[in-house]
Amino acid sequence: MNRTANSGATITAVPEHTVEIITNSGEGAQKCAQIFGQTCAKMGNGVWTVEIIPAEIEPPAHTVTSTSGNIIRFGTNKITNWGDQSKLAIAFNEQVCLSRHRLDSFEDGCIILHESMWETHEDENIRAAYAEAMQEMSGKNYRFIPVPIEEETLKIVDNAQHGKNMFALGLLTEIYQRDLALIEKQIAHIFKHKSAKVTEVNIELVKHGIAWARENLGFQFDIASVPAEESRVVMNGNQAAALGAIAAGMEFCAMYPITPATSVSHELAAIFENYGGMVHQAEDEIAAAGVALGASYGGKVALTVTSGPGLALKTEFLALAIMTEIPLVVLDVQRGGPSTGLPTKVEQSDLLAALYAQPGDAPKVVIAPRSIEECFHSMVTARRIAETFRCVVLVLTDANLASGVQQFTRPEFDARWQQNPIDFSPLTDGLRPYDWDTETGLSRRVIPGTPGGQHTVTGLAHDEESRVSYDPESNERGCKMRSRKLAVFQSTLMPPPVYGDEEGDLLVVGWGSTQGAIEEAVDRARNEGKKVSTCQLTFLSPLEPGLKEIFSHFKKVMTVEINYSDTVGDPYITEETRRYGQLAWLLRAHTLVNIDCWTSCPGQPLRPNDIYNSLVAKLETGASK
Amino acid sequence: MSNIAISLLDIEDDASQCLVAEDYQTRVGKWCAGCGDFGALNAIKRLLAKEQLQPEKMAFVSGIGCSSRFPHYVNAYGFHGIHGRALTIATGLKLTRPELDVFVVMGDGDCTSIGAGHWIHATRYNPNLTVLLLDNNIYGLTKNQTSPTTPQGYASNTTPRGSFLPALNPLQATLGVSNASFVAQTADWVPAHLYATLQAAYEHPGFSFVRILQRCPKFTSDVFAEQIKDPDLTELLVHENGVDAPGLDKLFKARREHDPKDIDAARALAQRTDKLRLGMFFRNDSFPVYDEIRAVPPVTVEDKIARLNKEFDRYAV
Ligand SMILES: Cc1ncc(C[n+]2csc(CCOP(=O)(O)OP(=O)(O)O)c2C)c(N)n1
Ligand SMILES: [Mg+2]
Repeated sequence: MNRTANSGATITAVPEHTVEIITNSGEGAQKCAQIFGQTCAKMGNGVWTVEIIPAEIEPPAHTVTSTSGNIIRFGTNKITNWGDQSKLAIAFNEQVCLSRHRLDSFEDGCIILHESMWETHEDENIRAAYAEAMQEMSGKNYRFIPVPIEEETLKIVDNAQHGKNMFALGLLTEIYQRDLALIEKQIAHIFKHKSAKVTEVNIELVKHGIAWARENLGFQFDIASVPAEESRVVMNGNQAAALGAIAAGMEFCAMYPITPATSVSHELAAIFENYGGMVHQAEDEIAAAGVALGASYGGKVALTVTSGPGLALKTEFLALAIMTEIPLVVLDVQRGGPSTGLPTKVEQSDLLAALYAQPGDAPKVVIAPRSIEECFHSMVTARRIAETFRCVVLVLTDANLASGVQQFTRPEFDARWQQNPIDFSPLTDGLRPYDWDTETGLSRRVIPGTPGGQHTVTGLAHDEESRVSYDPESNERGCKMRSRKLAVFQSTLMPPPVYGDEEGDLLVVGWGSTQGAIEEAVDRARNEGKKVSTCQLTFLSPLEPGLKEIFSHFKKVMTVEINYSDTVGDPYITEETRRYGQLAWLLRAHTLVNIDCWTSCPGQPLRPNDIYNSLVAKLETGASK
Repeated sequence: MSNIAISLLDIEDDASQCLVAEDYQTRVGKWCAGCGDFGALNAIKRLLAKEQLQPEKMAFVSGIGCSSRFPHYVNAYGFHGIHGRALTIATGLKLTRPELDVFVVMGDGDCTSIGAGHWIHATRYNPNLTVLLLDNNIYGLTKNQTSPTTPQGYASNTTPRGSFLPALNPLQATLGVSNASFVAQTADWVPAHLYATLQAAYEHPGFSFVRILQRCPKFTSDVFAEQIKDPDLTELLVHENGVDAPGLDKLFKARREHDPKDIDAARALAQRTDKLRLGMFFRNDSFPVYDEIRAVPPVTVEDKIARLNKEFDRYAV
């Protein structure tokens, strides 16, 4: 499928590519990738971009720890995850390249356009480091193409640090035949607060990159696109969650900064007041939960945004919210744990903490959006559930969704999402702030300001009138009513759809952000005739109905999760001592089905290929359930 | 207990008013006989009656402790929260419902130990809250453990041979916080002063921090005994902008003119240990009030949706 361009370059048509832009932290990879990704999306390609974030703000430059950048996977069809290995990379030095190589990020034959100046640098140490790195990478069949990135950039600007990224963008523009007009428009948009000169220079750099590539590379790729019929937006999961909170009519967010959740509050802080809302940066996560709870007590459905360590601090307040039946939405953008763990990296290991971290019985709703689009919609759902069921709703996203960028159908805002259903009508005939309907556990929410409604809510065991009562019946009744609400809510859910046939040899069960990668792996297996299906859960508490029935149609059931589980056969690890992945643990307890798990916690999203290998292995070995 | 009779200076309820002090009490307080918390409850009831506050338009927020049972006994909305965190709940409530009168009741363990972080920060946020620290120098509810305000050398179940450290002085700490706007000290056994102080605290626009020295008949009955026996051990801070009440001049001969605007003098006085000082240490009504500076005008649903659509244009592809 090769053609020849006017320039003489060979054009290869491919269904998709994965590209990396890798630099030292602070060299502008993000901007380059953002514009490139947006352009691909605007041209009608499916896109998924992932950030490569160093753990420190300013790590030592030109080292393997300084790698900062982006991965952009784009193709003709919808892209749902970051895929497997990269096919092309632009590297500003060989050390950042080496760090990616060590993570096995490049596929065999990967084209690596790398800065050429280090090889002949005047500093002997730099030359030596360069040679060593190239030696280490020589085992792989990469196609290294040295590019005088800095030298060429300096032809346009005086400081290459602020320009190399745009030159790189030019290279990509030519290689992938991107629409220059779209790129120019985005550059103008990004620099709209700067002088016109800045935009001009940046466009000039892109054009220079294009010209250099045309002159020197001799290859191009053609990735056809299907222009979308519906209107679409492109954003990351934290932006989607922030905008979802606004669209849901939420007006209060209390938070304490923690990666990777913080940017939700940045998005909100920038615009929330235009929507009658506010962000309160509290003194710690406990306070953030308390202030949010106080705001909800006053009649809102408040939001608090955090990540694992912050969730741990909030537990006592979540229990209070559950006990007092005050609606509250908590967004936990999961990162690696335990403790400070992997602050910037993805993991799905807060599931059981989300469900069970509170002492005592503390039923709550837990939802895990499966895509960036669902990060938006789940906030609307969360508010509605919290309010209707007077409960805590915990939304579990993760670092993969938080910083991954994908396009999705532009939502149509519904005025009903914004409704403030607070009823201030006087309570006349006898107040019962927990006037539980004995069937459903539901009761009217009475908030301050309601005439005749005065009562004291308490975290102590209480009766229908919110009076502290320690008698056995009251405590049992309170527990029952709070739990009943979950069952009632569950009765409104549908069984989760099965992707693939509804029966077969293996069912792979995932939750949250891994949907795209799991489905891609399952597609691959199915194309080879393997009888594999998958089912991705969104509701973790209560679990969606019908799971046992779904599982019964498969010979084997296995979860795939980004968290830790023991491997039988390792020292001391037997079927008896083995600790399971968190979803597997939950599903085993829930269904009494012998569910296996394949988990991994590499600090990065799962790769379809790794999942594929795991399910092939499961098909070949291991007992049936 | 007290050897001197301190007359209750009952303010006559105006017959034309529709609610009297008793209307603000829901049920009898379940504190030990002789507990100073009763005095605080009485003073609050009188204040609410004086101000004729509508029960549904106010909220009492507390933590956990004997003193934190307070909201259950007041005819108002109440939030009996968790240990140490009352100020956070109250701040959230005030931010979203600034029209409500919000009172906070905390114990010394509640406020100055487990809740110390929130205490510092709430003082700085300066939301319009009336804050009562019921300081009995001990953990009451959990039965006699040392609190930060327990006097050095005082024995409890956790320091049976006496508390190791000098007591934390809540006035000093609060006065050290930027944007602290109201700091006063009063005592449950001087009802007229207690009432007048709460009145001033209620009127103050901002975070009015009132430390109420509170007797615990079970565990610390002796810590204030000397002062209760001998009024000459107490000095009253007085000023035209301070707190005073009729009859107090007869009880306390030691009176000191102190201008509550003077932060340096307030800090110096808070630090001194020669006498017990009751009165307004500091007050400034012009500091930024968090719920005022954060007030957000409401936006109609139509406007919100129009703005959201515009916002989404930025992300459109
Ligand atoms: C998180 C937490 N830790 C500890 C306790 C136990 N506890 C309840 S009240 C209290 C101290 C009460 O002392 P104080 O705040 O001075 O109030 P008082 O009873 O003296 O009025 C403690 C430690 C608790 N309820 N919650
Ligand atoms: Mg105490």
